Amino acid sequence: MDWNLIGIWVAAFLTLSIYSVLYRDNPFYRFAEHLFVGVSVGYGIVLSIYQGLVPFALKPLWETVTTGAPEGFIKLIPICIGLLFFARLSPRHTWLIRYPIAILIGFGSGIAIPNVLRANIFEQTRGTIAPFAEIAAGTLSGWGIFEAILMVVGVICTLTYFFFSVEHRGPVKWLSKVGIAFLMIGFGSAFGNTVMGRVALLIQRVDFLLGDWLNIIS
Amino acid sequence: MPNIDRRIVFILVALAVIIPMLLSINLPVSVSEPTQNFYDYVEALPAGSTIMIAFDYGPSSLAELNPMAKALLKQCFDRDIRVIAITLVVDAPTLASALIQQVAAEKGAVDGEDYVFLGFRPGAVQVILGMGTDIASVYDTDYNGTAISEIPMMQNITNYDQIDLLVDFASSDTVESWIIYANVQYNQQIAAGVTGVIIAQMFPYLQTGQLVGLLSGILGAAEYENLVGAPAKGMQWINVESFVHLLIVVLVIIGNITYFIYRTREE
Repeated sequence: MDWNLIGIWVAAFLTLSIYSVLYRDNPFYRFAEHLFVGVSVGYGIVLSIYQGLVPFALKPLWETVTTGAPEGFIKLIPICIGLLFFARLSPRHTWLIRYPIAILIGFGSGIAIPNVLRANIFEQTRGTIAPFAEIAAGTLSGWGIFEAILMVVGVICTLTYFFFSVEHRGPVKWLSKVGIAFLMIGFGSAFGNTVMGRVALLIQRVDFLLGDWLNIIS
Repeated sequence: MPNIDRRIVFILVALAVIIPMLLSINLPVSVSEPTQNFYDYVEALPAGSTIMIAFDYGPSSLAELNPMAKALLKQCFDRDIRVIAITLVVDAPTLASALIQQVAAEKGAVDGEDYVFLGFRPGAVQVILGMGTDIASVYDTDYNGTAISEIPMMQNITNYDQIDLLVDFASSDTVESWIIYANVQYNQQIAAGVTGVIIAQMFPYLQTGQLVGLLSGILGAAEYENLVGAPAKGMQWINVESFVHLLIVVLVIIGNITYFIYRTREE
C-alpha cells in the first residue's frame, strides 16, 4: 500500500473541504475544521508530554528514585511546585496555586523588565538618534540624511498623537495629525505584507493540488 | 457594483494563481538590502562554524518559511557550516525534521556530524535562557533520543559562545524573545526569516542592528534562493504572487472608483 499516495489524497480532500467554505458553509468544511482542531490539540499534548514532561520531570524523578543520588532530590522542589498548579482541581486547596503563580510572575518580571527595556526602549532610542552622529561625522549620504530626519519626525509626531496629557490644539494638533499619517502608512505597510503572506498560503495549496495531486505541473 | 458577489473575487484570485502557475512565467527577482546582509553574514562565516536554526513555525506558515529555511540549509551544507536545529513551537518538530533530512540527503550531510536536530522543549523563555548557560541542560538528547554527549558535533559546543549565528524562522513573536533574551542577555548575533504578517514589526530591530539580516515572507525566500543559486519554490511562487498583487491593486482601484461614483450619485 502506497501510504504517500494515500496521504496526498487525504491532504487534497481536506484542502478542498476547507476552501469549500468560500462558496458557503457546508459539512465538508466543518468536518475538516474539527479534524484540524482535534489533531492539532492531540499532537500538541503528546509532544508536550514526550519532549517536556518526560525529560524535565519524569526522567529526573525516576533517576533520583532509582539511583538515590542526594543531588537529584533538589529537582523534586520544582516538580512539586509545578504540581501545585493542579490544586485548582480541589476547591479546598485552590489557594495553593498562588505559590507557583507567584514564582512565575516574579521570575518572569525580573528577567523580562530589564531585558525588554534595553531591547525595545534603549536600543530603539539609540537607533533613532545614532544616524545623527553619522551626519555630524559627514559619513551619511544625502538619502541617508533624509531617512534619519524622516524617522525622527515620525517618532516625535507619532508619540505626540499618543500624548494625552495636553489637549490636542495648535501645534500639538498638527504634530499629532502628522503622527496619524505615519501610523496610516505603517498600517498600510503591515496590511500589504499580510496580503502577501496570505496569498502565499493559497499559492502553496494550489501548487500542491496541481503538482503533487493532479501532476499537471512539475 | 457595491453588491458584487464576493465569490466572483475568489474566482478571479484563483485564476490569477492557477494561470501563471500553469504557464510557468518567470519574472526577474532583485535582492533587497536585509536579505543581502543576511546572505553576506553567512557567507563570511568560515567553514566549521556553527549556526543554530530555530524552526518556530507550524504547518500554517510552511508556505512562506519552508523555502527560505531550505535555501539556508543548502547554503550551510555547501559551505561546511554545522547546523543545530531546534524549535520553540510545539507543532514544528515533524516539519522541521522532514525538511532537514530532505536537504541533508540532497547534500550528503551526516546527522550528528554536519547537523543535529534537538527538537522541541516547552517554555520558550526558559529554553532560550537555559541554552545561554548550557545547551545540554535544556536538551539532554536530540530529537531521536541520542544523548547530547554522544553526538560528535556537540562535543565542543556548550552554549551561545560557540554559536556564530542564530537564525529564527518565525511566524509569531519568537523573534522578539530571541532578541530580548539571547541578544540582550548573551550578545548572540541573530538573523530572522519571518512571515508577511510580522515583517513590519521586525524592521526596527533591523535598523538598530539587533538583527543582522531579515528575510521577508515569500519574497525573502525567493531572494535568498536567488542568492544561493538554488531556485526552487520561493522563486516559482513569487512570480505567481506578483499577478495576484496586480489583481488586488486593480480591484482596490475599481472598488474605490465605484465607491466615489455611488457616493456622488447619492449626494
